[in-house]
Amino acid sequence: MNITELREHLCATYPDLCPLFSIEFGDGVLAVDSERLSEAAHNLKDLGFDRLGMVTAVDRPTRFELVYRLHSRSMSAALVVKCTVEREDPRVASLVDLWPAALWQEREVYDMFGVVFEGHPDLRRILLPEEWEGYPLRKDYQDKTLIRRPDYI
Amino acid sequence: MTADIVRDDMPPSEIAGDEEQLVVNVGPSHPSTHGVCRVVVHLDGETVTKAEPVIGYLHRGIEKMAENRTYLQVVPLTDRLDYVGSMYANWAYCRAVERLAGIRVPERAEYLRAIVCEMQRIASHMMSLGSAAADTGAATMFIYAFDERERIVEAFEELCGARLTYNYVRPGGVSFDVPEGWTDTVLEFCRNHRTALDTMDRLYFGNVIARQRMKGIGVLSAEDAVAWGASGPVARGSGVNWDLRKHDTYSVYPRFDFDVPTGSNGDCYDRARVRLFECYESCRIIEQAIAQMEPGPIKASGMPRLLAPRPGDAYDHIESARGSLGVYLVSDGSVRPYRMKVRSPAFCNLALLPLLAEGHMLSDLVVILGSLDPVFGEVDR
Repeated sequence: MNITELREHLCATYPDLCPLFSIEFGDGVLAVDSERLSEAAHNLKDLGFDRLGMVTAVDRPTRFELVYRLHSRSMSAALVVKCTVEREDPRVASLVDLWPAALWQEREVYDMFGVVFEGHPDLRRILLPEEWEGYPLRKDYQDKTLIRRPDYI
Repeated sequence: MTADIVRDDMPPSEIAGDEEQLVVNVGPSHPSTHGVCRVVVHLDGETVTKAEPVIGYLHRGIEKMAENRTYLQVVPLTDRLDYVGSMYANWAYCRAVERLAGIRVPERAEYLRAIVCEMQRIASHMMSLGSAAADTGAATMFIYAFDERERIVEAFEELCGARLTYNYVRPGGVSFDVPEGWTDTVLEFCRNHRTALDTMDRLYFGNVIARQRMKGIGVLSAEDAVAWGASGPVARGSGVNWDLRKHDTYSVYPRFDFDVPTGSNGDCYDRARVRLFECYESCRIIEQAIAQMEPGPIKASGMPRLLAPRPGDAYDHIESARGSLGVYLVSDGSVRPYRMKVRSPAFCNLALLPLLAEGHMLSDLVVILGSLDPVFGEVDR
């Protein structure tokens, strides 16, 4: 199924998700509100997106952007779901109930960005030790071992 | 097993009813953990009631380091992700850069990438099968498998000068064209490799002890494999027919005729055997690729020395020996990636360990861990 067909299929089944759909670098992107992430994820799972491929976050200057990548074997299609959360006290619903694949991946996002996934059964640091201070992949993370490389241009 | 010193973060042994629950540390440095993985195992007698992997011992912060380097300087970092399959991470990263910067790769370079990645698949599977066999005491299989792997590593050394960290696939192409006579060496390897695979199949998969150690151990259902995001031989061993080379095809793979081997039981035996059969298919792909490859440029023309893709984010993935390996890149228009995320198949597959190990014997834990084939450079990043 190509992106146009996916868009039509999505719009026919869930008209309210339709205006949120766009195409970026060849990927279908659905930008949802963080409050409605859980509901949209439920709908997308019902639509046939049975695999959660990737969960990650990007530290944009004013907010965190969470990126979920879904795959569907039956439709042979991929869809990116994006939602933004505040940098102060970032919270979003956990998707572990829908896809257990989120269990470790959400822990990693928590570990690196400090985003709290509400409803996650075991939200602890995963790669870093429990006593680590700060969230390294935030842009404002400070560490004395981090040295900015000089610009070569 | 290393029941080593009790650490502060280890749960104390519990006494539940009349039975004592023993908590044992496996690893972090143990031959059967295939790297530095610590598994906190709760035991009831010799039965595992809970196995919890503790990872991060090899975390080097590659995603953070990438934000501080130019796009080309990140390629050597990707070598250090999956250090028994560097070509895959190179390629996945380069595909994401090429998608972001809109670079068209010459056809010969795509063929060379496919050839080296299929060779890498064989090398990686040989490493996996050999070391998983050694865990169960089958040292003969280990020697046979590493002999095959050594031939590929030698061919890579001839191609790009490195045995492990190749830095071969670069944005826009590959770093070197093949040396004279190299393709003949590879074709000869493929011919001999099939015979070696037949021998290994009889030697290991026909061995009654190996079969008993693997059959019915660590059964993963197809539904769980999909829901937990498993990919590669781990998912295919459970009968999930999902291979990006076929189902989300990329590069020159649509031009090749090959099959995707799948298992049916989802146990350690099926996962390992899928790896063996994939090596036959890789040989087929290599032979077709060498036959189809034509002379031509190996690097995209007009590549700037310093890449600064337009702002945006792109994801691309390839089928590595461990599953779908993806790289997600965010550009802010500068010469350095704003964010790089590696979607590591080994990380997602390792998350299955608690599910698979529960209810099995402690000695089976080693077999299950080996059948998941984690490489900790990629798990911890």
